[in-house]
Amino acid sequence: MRWMYHIGRYMRLLTKSFRKPEKFSVFKDLLVTELESIGLQSFGIVALLSIFMGAVICLQTAHQIGGWIPVYTIGFTVRQTMILEFSPTLIPVILAGKVGSNIASQIGTMRVTEQIDALDIMGVNSASYLILPKVVAGVFIVPFLVVLSMVLGVGAGAWIGVATGLSPLADFEYGMQVDFRVFDVVYALTKTVVFGFILTSVSAYHGYFAVGGALEVGKSSTKAVVWSVVIIMVSNLVLTQMLLN
Amino acid sequence: MIELQHLEKSFGDHHVLKDVSATFERGKVNFVIGRSGSGKSVMTKCTVGLIEPDQGRVFYDGRDFTSMSQQERKVIRQEIGMLFQGSALFDSMTVQENVEFPLRMFSDMSDAERRDRAAACLERVELADASTRFPAECSGGMQKRVGIARAIAMNPKYLFCDEPNSGLDPQTAIVIDNLISDITSEYQITTVVVSHDMNSVMEASDTIHFVHQGSICWHGNREGLLEGGVKELEDFVFASDLMRKIRKTV
Repeated sequence: MRWMYHIGRYMRLLTKSFRKPEKFSVFKDLLVTELESIGLQSFGIVALLSIFMGAVICLQTAHQIGGWIPVYTIGFTVRQTMILEFSPTLIPVILAGKVGSNIASQIGTMRVTEQIDALDIMGVNSASYLILPKVVAGVFIVPFLVVLSMVLGVGAGAWIGVATGLSPLADFEYGMQVDFRVFDVVYALTKTVVFGFILTSVSAYHGYFAVGGALEVGKSSTKAVVWSVVIIMVSNLVLTQMLLN
Repeated sequence: MIELQHLEKSFGDHHVLKDVSATFERGKVNFVIGRSGSGKSVMTKCTVGLIEPDQGRVFYDGRDFTSMSQQERKVIRQEIGMLFQGSALFDSMTVQENVEFPLRMFSDMSDAERRDRAAACLERVELADASTRFPAECSGGMQKRVGIARAIAMNPKYLFCDEPNSGLDPQTAIVIDNLISDITSEYQITTVVVSHDMNSVMEASDTIHFVHQGSICWHGNREGLLEGGVKELEDFVFASDLMRKIRKTV
């Protein structure tokens, strides 16, 4: 029954967080800071992983096909893998590790050093002040990172295919266009918005209710990552079933 | 003036506050003293609304804080300044930004007016030259003074100080005590100081409430404190050899 307690407390925290900000000018500044922290500062790791994953998927697919399977399948597989699963699911999982742990430790440290108490005593809605900008930034910027990941992954696949001679550019391009459905991108971005919400709000929850000292902040940071990943994976299954079937 | 009426608070089976009633007077430094774990901090947190009491009422100048909605409490909270044991400064902000923070959130001041007000508060605590530093670059005493500057930025009616001298050397502790005392009389604030530091009590207190096992078992002033009369109070006050010597001298 412990999980029901956490769900209830998480819901109450979200209710408290999604209240009108005290001052819109302050919220705007915080949002810009979070967009930079979650988005721009994650650009490097997202780009690096996407380029290498796109290239590896290309090589693996080329290794698997042969004989009667046409070469354009390489471009098709790279596109489908990047759009359907790697970019929209694994990138948020990676961000849960990078951004989620950062959010949990930042808010957790504020909790144990009484900075959140200071906000509450001043009459500031601490949940709204600390959590709302992070969640809004996550929901807004994670889809952009995912689109970037898709483009870079597919581009890297094409490049490695041509560079190694495994797939001529014309075949790769043809494979990329075969049976392309815009809905696949819509599906991917829908998942991404949900995952952006999960990774920021679940991490914030674990930080906000941290109790104790440095050790507990560390534990809350670990829990934030683990639970964000678990919830992202479960949501992935549910959303895929709902949207694709 | 702040009045506590019959406050009760339990955490599970642990009865932390037992029928606590007290009056903290305006323009005076009201000390709440007691051993660690006696319930002082819980009492303060119930008073400022960080913890909801199970029973009892808290009045701020006759306004019943305990029966107010969160929105109504906001008005009173903006009249409260608080100095935390660990200072609780926002470590991502400079000293100047920390002091400006409540003004930025709750006043309609222009940037220039905010800067001037923050500078005046920092001047008051003799930290005008530290405005661009971050809290991590300040000593413990400086952090406490920044905490005081932030607490007085909104011209509070009520000031709460939780162990204001913990971790400070005796000379810096006296500076902080005097600052709290001066600000209290200067702005006619109702100040509540939670402490177990007897030096501070003797230096800055106007009234004293002694908390023992969740109840206020004595209240009075400095002179009365030295006279003793209650065993638990005497055990606490005269725990050190120095205080016993002082008592003999008096």
